[in-house]
Amino acid sequence: MAKTVDQYFDDLRGTRVWRSIFRSGTGSSTLKRALAIQQNVFLHLFSTKVRTRMLGFSATWYLGTLTLGTFLILIATGIPLMLYYHPSTPQAYADTKDLQFVVSSGMFLRNLHRWSAHAMVFLVFAHMFKVFYRGAYRAPREFNWVIGVILLLMTLLLSYTGYLLPWDQLAYWAITVGSNIASAVPVMGHKIHFMLLGGNAVNANALLRFYVLHCMILPLMAMFFVAIHFWRIRKDGGLYAHASEPATLRANAASSDTTAKEAQ
Amino acid sequence: MPDETKPANPDNAVDRRQFFAKLGLGSLGIAAAGTAAFAYQFLEPNVLYEPSPVVNAGKPDRYPLDSVTLDVNSGIYIIHSQEGYFSLSAVCTHLGCLTAWKPELNLIACPCHGSKFERDGKKIEGPAPRPLPWKRIWLNDDGDLLVDRSTEVPPLQRDSLVRV
Repeated sequence: MAKTVDQYFDDLRGTRVWRSIFRSGTGSSTLKRALAIQQNVFLHLFSTKVRTRMLGFSATWYLGTLTLGTFLILIATGIPLMLYYHPSTPQAYADTKDLQFVVSSGMFLRNLHRWSAHAMVFLVFAHMFKVFYRGAYRAPREFNWVIGVILLLMTLLLSYTGYLLPWDQLAYWAITVGSNIASAVPVMGHKIHFMLLGGNAVNANALLRFYVLHCMILPLMAMFFVAIHFWRIRKDGGLYAHASEPATLRANAASSDTTAKEAQ
Repeated sequence: MPDETKPANPDNAVDRRQFFAKLGLGSLGIAAAGTAAFAYQFLEPNVLYEPSPVVNAGKPDRYPLDSVTLDVNSGIYIIHSQEGYFSLSAVCTHLGCLTAWKPELNLIACPCHGSKFERDGKKIEGPAPRPLPWKRIWLNDDGDLLVDRSTEVPPLQRDSLVRV
């Protein structure tokens, strides 16, 4: 009898190599499925169990997941773009034009990077609005809201630092204006301006600093906070479902008590 | 009978374990402060390869009477008025955009956020918090006008006005 595809997968999961990598083993019992999540270094950030209702579109509109999706696209497109880009003043603009007109698929990758960046900013805001209006920021989730605000800041800083890299007139003046806003900080404003740009004006040092921030420091920080963000969802009781939140349950219990008393 | 060999241990005394813990934490604190100072110094460039703040604006006769000339590369105006030659910063005092001289309107305008200035730097309107500053200007031995962009001098003084 011919084997089905599922059976081939089951055989694969039974092999010694597979079992040495994934300890949870075969089988689809609730325990095995929970172990598959809990024993995976990436998936263990997530809850082992999720209410089916919470996986429907209407619960979250998938805004957080879509934000992660754009972030992953930005990493996947940003790394190849780095291979053709030199963060130096005579070359940055020429490299950007080469990416646009000479490199195979360069225009596709660059535009995908750009549109994903725009989409990520939009999705972060949409996600925050959704969380806010559903009340999903309330106890015990206040700290995850704070992490979310940090991630909003990371997103905006990534957009801002990436904006300089094409080294065209738009980039130059946008960063000139933006960095001058930083110098409005009381007392240490001019120091911040100087340290951010590595000089007194937007120049070679500023381009290199923004490049390192954009490609190295900020993405690593963002990944660090994203990991905490996901882990906190699990620790704070999974995705927010209003009907089963402790506060809602207490309120329901209190109101049913009063109705019971009134009935007596 | 109390043990005489054991030292009395009042509440504020530090035993050996606490002493070493404090010593360890203290050293770590000092090392962390040193690392912060080191990082700050490292991030602050000691040498800047930026263009010199002193700009040679050429011979005064390049600038006709009642003219405002913008040097885009150095970001300064050379203005030849009835009083003499003077130089203004062309960098807007709002957020650092390069302003432009509008001869048809007889004023200096910033393209970014709409600040407008008179030819002596006074603000007419817009978000700019200060007038365009005057720069130190002088003639060198070859008869060229030199402007020091790093300076800010009061208007119509000996070092802000050149009479030829």
